[in-house]
Amino acid sequence: METNQNRQVDGVIPATSMAEPATAGGSQSSTLDERMVTMSGLQTKGIHAWFGDHHVLEDVSLDFPANTVTGLIGPSGCGKSTFLRMLNRMHEFIPSASMAGEVFLDGEEIYAPDVDVAAIRLRVGMVFQKPNPFPSMTIAENVLAGTKLANIKVKDKDSLLEECLTRAGLWKEVKDRLKLSGASLSGGQQQRLCIARALAVKPTVLLMDEPCSALDPGSTLKIEDTIHELSDLITVVIVTHNMQQAARVSDYCAFFLSDGHPGRVIEADRTDIVFTSPQDQRTADYVQGRFG
Amino acid sequence: MSVVELPAPTRGRPWVNRKRSIRDVSTPVAIAVVLAAVANLVTGLAGPLGFYLAFVIFFAGTSLVFGLRHDKVKAIDKFATAFIVVGFATAFIPWASILVTLVQKGWPAIYGGYFTNDMAVTSADDELGMGGLSHAIFGTFLILIVASIIAIPLGILTAAYITEIRGRLSGFVRVMVQSMSGVPSVVAGLFIYATVVSRYQFSGLAGALALAILMLPTIARTAEEVLKLVPEEIRSASYALGASQMATTFRIILPSARSGLITASMLGVARVAGETAPLLLTSFYTSVFSRHLTGEPLASLPMYVFQNFTVGTDHALTRAWGGALVLLFLILMLFVVARTVAGRSRK
Repeated sequence: METNQNRQVDGVIPATSMAEPATAGGSQSSTLDERMVTMSGLQTKGIHAWFGDHHVLEDVSLDFPANTVTGLIGPSGCGKSTFLRMLNRMHEFIPSASMAGEVFLDGEEIYAPDVDVAAIRLRVGMVFQKPNPFPSMTIAENVLAGTKLANIKVKDKDSLLEECLTRAGLWKEVKDRLKLSGASLSGGQQQRLCIARALAVKPTVLLMDEPCSALDPGSTLKIEDTIHELSDLITVVIVTHNMQQAARVSDYCAFFLSDGHPGRVIEADRTDIVFTSPQDQRTADYVQGRFG
Repeated sequence: MSVVELPAPTRGRPWVNRKRSIRDVSTPVAIAVVLAAVANLVTGLAGPLGFYLAFVIFFAGTSLVFGLRHDKVKAIDKFATAFIVVGFATAFIPWASILVTLVQKGWPAIYGGYFTNDMAVTSADDELGMGGLSHAIFGTFLILIVASIIAIPLGILTAAYITEIRGRLSGFVRVMVQSMSGVPSVVAGLFIYATVVSRYQFSGLAGALALAILMLPTIARTAEEVLKLVPEEIRSASYALGASQMATTFRIILPSARSGLITASMLGVARVAGETAPLLLTSFYTSVFSRHLTGEPLASLPMYVFQNFTVGTDHALTRAWGGALVLLFLILMLFVVARTVAGRSRK
């Protein structure tokens, strides 16, 4: 995995404050300034989304600086997953879908007319809510599936296999049964297999849509550890309904809400600020579990 | 130290229904039989079929009445059970009858040499124990293999086009495939007769082409249903990895549906293995063993049966039954092999 040089946000949040959000350290504006410096990572500008005539997402402009973890939180049906799927152009698989706005990946507009969609999806990996290993493949084949599907030449398959499975926190559990079907693993293991599969094509961004919603606490912790380790190398955007998880794993948080309108971002800031001193009362109510 | 002997636990399966007493079943059956016999004599429900139909009605009715002694739910339950049991029997009886008849009538024709000899020096009404159907078995295999080579890839690709590629013509293609499945088999035979046989001559290849036309819609429609069952998540996972539509279809979707696609192919083979009409017009029949796919007629099991049936003497008819029996077991064997291959993919 290549290390990213543009680590502009290093030190914005001390590592210790991740597990337990500290009281507001830096102000909001300084964070945003630092974000403006870099064009690497992912930016969205004025994103709208529709399903048919149903306006589900309104004017979402968010920055995801390189090598950070951003949590998208909010009640069900507020458009978080839709937004996430727009970041790697999976939104367009729904026949009635339409959109407005721009998404920049390392400064490049991914919805520009001549963009190679497959190349975008190679750089922006995705882990789905439900573990979805390929049923016709073994564990090893699953991990390497992306490289095969995209015709990427891999010199040393064994070391890539070990590297990805280790990063996904699964290597020790499966190293003796790489030839077994991916479906033979437990749900939590399958999800980590899917993470390993997403990592094998070396994405710069990893999107995770409630990756732990179907998992037990042990598997959840393992995946959170994985996210921690990954954030040194890649940009992670994670949708979660679990407030503690958002607080534990993310550097930044964006709170989405729809309440009768199309879904929009109520507040986006450093995670410790969102959780301890949010600007908006609705954010405070949500993160403290008063609704949603 | 005295050890207290615990009483052995009484082991059972409380979730299994208590055995029904014989009378629960026999009484409604007996009443239905009597009523059906009366109806058989008195009303228009004459003959064995009439008796069976009357029995079905009275059995269900009696079960309903017996159930009413308990309550409404029980009555409906009994009524439904009666129908299911009778329905099973209705489906099972013809199946068993065909099998028994085939074995009874065909068995005398079968001897060791039946599978190694052809009919080159034996005529249809010669004594049993002479001649055989090796030429027909080989011909059937040859025709089915060639037809499969043509129709299976084409059928699966058609299904993939309709469900995966979803091109502009997919709606049109689906309608075409559906209407093709309604084409009478003799029409497929006539089509090949007009286009191929009339220009060249009867041949195994022409037979295979005719059968391929008949196999195609069966395979395409079944494969379409199978591909629809591949979970959307698998598709998403592949696209999210940066795979193209081609790579997703051929390396993810089709392998995931492997078992079902094998079943679809087998259904296609089974659909045409016993076809006679199209072969009569295309590959025709020869009583001599032949390896040639083109240039001369090729024997096949259905045509062997047909040929012997038209001769019509006792021995020839027995040979026809024997050919039908062999054909049935060949198809059965094909199914077993295909299911084993299909089952091996998922452990």
